[in-house]
Parts: sequence; C-alpha cells; structure tokens
Amino acid sequence: MVKPSAKPKRGLTMANKNAISGYIFILPFVIGFIAFMAYPLYQAIRMAFSRVWLIPAESTFGWEWTGLANIERAFTVDADFTEAMVVEILAMVYMVPAILVFSLFIAVLLNRKFAGRGFVRAVFFLPVILASGVLVGIETNNSLLDAVSQQIQDQNAMRAGITGVIETMMENLVGGAGIGEFFEYVLEIINQIYSIAMASGIQILIFLAGLQTINPSIYEAASIEGATGWENFWKITFPMISPMILVVVVYSIIDFMVRTDGEVMEMVYVQMSQMGNFGYGSALAMIFFVAVAAILGLCGLIISRLVFYYD
Amino acid sequence: MTNVGAVQKEKQKGAIARYLERNRATDNNYLLKRDISRIFVGLFTTILLFGLCFLILQPLFHQFSNSIMSRDDLFDPTVMSIPREATLDNYRLAMELMTYWTSLFNTIWVTAFVAVLQIIACTLVAYGFARFDFPLKKFWFACVILTVLVPPQVLRVPLFLNFHFFDMFGLMTLINGEPLMLTNTLSGYLLLSATAMGLRNGLYIFMLRQYFRNMPKELEESAWVDGCGKLRTFVQIMLPDAVPMLVSCFLFAFVWQWTDGFFNSMFLRGYNVMSVQMAALGDTFNFHYIRQIAAITGTHGAAPPIALMEAMISTGVLLGIIPVIIIYLFAQRFFVESIGQSGIKM
Repeated sequence: MVKPSAKPKRGLTMANKNAISGYIFILPFVIGFIAFMAYPLYQAIRMAFSRVWLIPAESTFGWEWTGLANIERAFTVDADFTEAMVVEILAMVYMVPAILVFSLFIAVLLNRKFAGRGFVRAVFFLPVILASGVLVGIETNNSLLDAVSQQIQDQNAMRAGITGVIETMMENLVGGAGIGEFFEYVLEIINQIYSIAMASGIQILIFLAGLQTINPSIYEAASIEGATGWENFWKITFPMISPMILVVVVYSIIDFMVRTDGEVMEMVYVQMSQMGNFGYGSALAMIFFVAVAAILGLCGLIISRLVFYYD
Repeated sequence: MTNVGAVQKEKQKGAIARYLERNRATDNNYLLKRDISRIFVGLFTTILLFGLCFLILQPLFHQFSNSIMSRDDLFDPTVMSIPREATLDNYRLAMELMTYWTSLFNTIWVTAFVAVLQIIACTLVAYGFARFDFPLKKFWFACVILTVLVPPQVLRVPLFLNFHFFDMFGLMTLINGEPLMLTNTLSGYLLLSATAMGLRNGLYIFMLRQYFRNMPKELEESAWVDGCGKLRTFVQIMLPDAVPMLVSCFLFAFVWQWTDGFFNSMFLRGYNVMSVQMAALGDTFNFHYIRQIAAITGTHGAAPPIALMEAMISTGVLLGIIPVIIIYLFAQRFFVESIGQSGIKM
C-alpha cells in the first residue's frame, strides 16, 4: 500500500486555492452586486432609452423603447439642461481646486502644534456630519419655506457678500471699469468660503493623515541644511503628499457632482419624482454621469502622471 | 514684597538683556527677526483657524439661539441672537412632534446594527481584494468603484421597483409563489448591508483595502506556515491590527447612516428613524399649527409664520444631530490615526 502522502499530487494548486478563498471573501459583495445592484443599474440604463409611465392600478410601469429620443430631447429640446450641466461643470472647475487648496492649507496648519488643536480639529471635521444626508438644505425642505426660499436667495444674491464692499471700492478706484477676471474669481471664492469649508471635511482628514506619515527626520535634515519653511513645503511636503492629492481630487469631484442640491441633480429629482418623467429623468442622469466619468478619467490621468511616490 | 518684585524685575531685565546680547551675536539680527516672524505667523494662524471655526459653528449657534427663543422674541425685530426670555417650549413641541424618545431609541439600535453589519461585510470584501489574486479581480473592483460613483438619484426608481417586488431572477416566485416586498422593512436593508451594498459601502471597502494592503505580508505568511487557516489568520492576526481603521469606518457608517435620507426613507420609514423625522418636521409642524389655529377659530387654519417654522426646524435639527455630534467628538481622534496608517494611495 502506498501512503496517501506519496500519492501523485492531485487537487488544487496554490494559486487555485488562493483564487477560491479570494472569492469566498468577496462573496458578500458579488452576491449583493448581482442581486441588488446589477438589475437596477440595467433598468436605469434601459429607462434612459424608453418612455416609462406609471400604471397606478397595478402599481407597475409601462415601458416603450424609444431609442435615442430622450437624449435627443435633452440636448435639442430642453432649454435648461445643457445650460445647467455646463454651469455645474464650470462650478466644479473652480470649486474643486478651491477645495483642494483650502483643505491642504488647513491640514498643514492643523498639523502644527498649538493650544486648542484638538478643539479646532474636531470643528473642522464637523462638516462630515453637518453637510451630509437630509441636513443639506433642510431649512427649505418643506412646503411652506420652499415657496419663499427662491425669493430669499434672490435677495441675498445681490452684492451682499463679504466682498461686495471691496469689489465696489476697487471698481471706484479704477473708475468703474471692472476689476478684471482674476480678482472676480478670487472674490467669488472668498464669498464661497463657507461652502468650501463645509465641503472639505473628509479632504482635510485625508491630507492630515498623509502629513502625519511624512518622516519628521526629513524636515530635520532640511532645516539643518538651512531650508526655510516655504522651501520645506514645496520640496518636501508637497511631493510627499501628492498621492493624497489624487485621492482628494477624485473624492471632491464625485462629492461635488452628486450632491443633492446640485442643479442637475435637482432637475433629475424633479423629472423623476414630481413630474413622473422616469425615462427622461433617467436619461438626464445618465448623460451627466457619463460627463462626470469622463472628467474623472481625465483628471485621474493627468494627476497620476504628476504624482510622486516615495517608496 | 517690593524686594521680591525688584529682584524679579532685575531678573526680567537680565533676561531681555541676555536675549538682546544673543541676538547681537547672530548675523543681521537673525534671532530677533526669526522670533518676531514666528510670533506673527502664530498669531495669524490662530486668528485664521479660530475665525474659520466660528464660520463653521455659526449656523449651529444661530440654530441654538433660535431654538430657545419664545414666540415674542421670534417676532421682535430688535432681538437678534440673544433671547430676552429663554424658553424650552420649542424643544417640548419638537420632541412631541418627532416622537423624540422612541425615534432616538429606534435610530440608535437600527443604525448601530446596520453599521456593524456593513463594516463586517466591507472588511471581508476588502481583505479579499487586498490579499488574494483571483480571476476577474479588476472587474469586481471596478464594480465597487461603480457603486460609489453612480448617484443614488439615478437608481432611486429602479431600486424602489426592485425591492418593492423583490424577485431575484424569478427565484422568489418559484419558492414563495409571489415576489417579496422588501421596501419599508428592516430585513430588506439588513440584506443590503450584509452584502456591502449599503450607503457609501464602496468607500469603506476602498479604505479598508488600502489599510490591509499596507500591512506586512510576513505576518500572514508566518501564520500560514505554522498551519493557520485563511479565515483564522484573518480573524486572529489581521483584525486585531486593523481596529483603529475599523473603528473609524464604523463611525463614518454610523454618522452617515444617521443623517441619510435615501435608504432610510426607502426601508426604515416604519421605525421613525431620526433623519426621516428631521426631514418631515417642517411639514409636521405645518399641519400641527394649522390644526391648532383651526381649533381656536373654529373654521379654518392658517400656515405658521416663517420665523416660527425656522425656529421649529432649528430645534429639530439640533435634537436630531446632538447624539451623533457627542459620539463624534469623542471618537474623531481615531480618524487621523487610522487613515494615516492606511496610507491611502492610488
């Protein structure tokens, strides 16, 4: 008799075993994705190419395949959509860099030692709670205030911002000739500082975490060689933190685009939930989603080339 | 006394004189310049940071002062932020309208339960992605990213349909004779959570995966050589080291689940969870007020004035988020620590 151990090897190789255990670990996700996500995703895509209407008696939907009609309507018939999308993307183009700079700046400051640091950190992370879920726009989220909120916003939009006075002064200085695009941009960002601070909770956290992984001995060596704080920042901190910049940019873009009070998202919501145009609403969301994915891909491609990996 | 003061003065003078002497010894007043610029930078940082803190906290202060104002103060234009007579009436009414204590109790246990399930599922999945090679790995990871990317607004209707008549490839009809209704049931959301499909679960999978990837492989290899199985290695070797990250993911899951309006209103309406109550408070108060006025006049009601409505909503928001803020303040120090160790990189 041959002992079992001396038998020619049968069964699974190491790699196969690994593959099987890997699948066992990710099994929850695979089941969840197939059972709960894949079909709704497919339906959302199908809706974008169909006319969908509610049949209240059977509480189901009627479907009719219409091809590209919804998408055509979004670009050629609907006057608001393309404009809203362009406005939204332009807003992203200036908000995301502003969020990036702001959160990096704050993270660098919060990384220094000073009295009350624990408190300040806690406050800067508060937007993680305060700017999430139902708390966004809850003040106007009821039938009474919804009606007057537009009026209030219009009143506030008139140069009542922090920088309104400065802008007027500067315009008077140059004789009412306008103050140039760059200043307008800077002032706009200063006016938006609250939105920026509220949108940077997680980003500050990511940067702060990244800053703490930098070995302090590098700074020590640099300062012995006579490097100033400014040089330290650009030659040590910035390259070392650059992988985080990619993460923060990607997160900020997604967060900014899918926020519930965005113009396009509100349009989708109105079409879907208030007007019952499920097909058209879905088509709008899909177009927007494709645009966002393209921007994300582009940003990812550009930034990942500039990122410096220490190890 | 005077003697002591004089000695101290002498000492101080001595200190300043010595400092100036040291300064003179450096090139170009280097020491003095350096210290002055340090003081200015410190001052600037403090003012900036505490100013921004005020900016973030100001709406909360405003809500708080609104919430303790009596009706007279709310209508008095000379009262800005400090009420003449503070009152807790708003809190009493808001608590009654929100059925505060039951919904607080329900929200705590439901949210904690759901968050624990989500984190267990996400940890397993994240470990699978971090440490094993298997076919289609890239595809499945792309699916994880997809679940983060697709905005819930797109999926609102299809998801609702899918869960309202839950019938996985006709399986349920086969077993049950009819599709299952999963909307408005806790079990529906528990299923989603246990399969890592809950709110922002893709993000937790991503964070945990990065964390596991950065842990030394030698740990597991030595455990494996000693005859430890895959699951046991995971539970006994990897998990204890991942506790800070697990805690912060749990906190994110807890906090975001608490304030979320999307899944909560789809599945957990019956539990009167806090986010649904907060979002509905405006309209609840509206009906309450109209009914009250109608009871007085005997004919018809009137909508409440905006100032009252605002005070009521402020009170509701404060009541709703105070529990999470307390938890969060105690736990936020975990965040920096754990995310730092994970070295999130792409």
